[in-house]
Amino acid sequence: MKSSPLLAEADSSPVPTKTAMSVDPLKIGSQLIHSRLIVGTGKYSSLELMRDCHMASGAEVVTVAVRRERLMDKNSGRNILDFIDPNKYVLLPNTAGCFDADEVVRVARLGREMLTDSGYRGANWVKLECLGDTKTLLPDPVGTLKALDTLVADGFEVLVYCSDDVMLCRQLKKAGAAAVMPAGSPIGSGQGVLNANAIKIIVEILKGEDVTYPIILDAGVGTASDVAAAMELGIDGVLLNTAVAGAKDPVSMAHAMRLATEAGLRAFRAGRIPRKLYATASSPWEGRVNG
Amino acid sequence: MKVVINGKNTELAEPITVAELLSRHELHPSRVAVEINREILPKKSYQSVQVNSGDQIEIVTFVGGG
Repeated sequence: MKSSPLLAEADSSPVPTKTAMSVDPLKIGSQLIHSRLIVGTGKYSSLELMRDCHMASGAEVVTVAVRRERLMDKNSGRNILDFIDPNKYVLLPNTAGCFDADEVVRVARLGREMLTDSGYRGANWVKLECLGDTKTLLPDPVGTLKALDTLVADGFEVLVYCSDDVMLCRQLKKAGAAAVMPAGSPIGSGQGVLNANAIKIIVEILKGEDVTYPIILDAGVGTASDVAAAMELGIDGVLLNTAVAGAKDPVSMAHAMRLATEAGLRAFRAGRIPRKLYATASSPWEGRVNG
Repeated sequence: MKVVINGKNTELAEPITVAELLSRHELHPSRVAVEINREILPKKSYQSVQVNSGDQIEIVTFVGGG
């Protein structure tokens, strides 16, 4: 097939910049975000590759984890923040690896301390992650809610990673979560959205109370179609890490995720046709030559 | 003087400030957060606060994560 001039032009164009994303901004807490895709910084084979993927994804928010400095040998001098431009990105520190509310609060405060006077926006942001166990990495709803109460009282704007439970999401919103981030499927599993109906109901109920309330799908997506399908459920954004970092060509996958996020958002707003069991002809029945 | 830094027993020959401790490990204050005995130490205190015998010190930074 001969490609059209338009396609040829698209194929030869460099990785798009974030300004190419032409959707309306999303408000989460006090921050206005211009991309619906949030990406992680984990599992990359190099910091340069991570930076290139961030660029290709068009994301404005990137997550980071808090860990002990390695003091055994002399520091290499390379810090992850040297590869995340404070003029371009909002940092979202997570509490990954925490298994109870006290650990979550401790790590959240350390993340905030690191962001203080760092030059990055949104020092009060935290991604609350309170896990149940190491095998499933599923969120512990009781610990999550408990940690949320403390963090909200402490002035944090909390984006809460949680299970796709409708009533839990409603409780988290009520307790002051800046956004709820239900999991599509277990972290890093690449299974996509396992319970689309639950996500739809979360959207319907939470946005029924406040249409601007942000709902982000966090975890589980494996490829671009998962992201588009998730966005078509009416959520506001997707947070992902492994699907890009673990792809054979991470930069290309980051680009695909960016396009899928925007495609899904536009498709949802455009309003899909209903599913029907039988066919409906696109061409008119009347005036057939053989009729 | 015995202290615990990031979970590891450490012997310090003489009393030093937190700023000196960071400098010894070639760590820039803007890239870390420090806890002493589970209390976060504000960055402005790194120069003035000394490490005491028996202190449990945590020095953390950001790493890749999702």
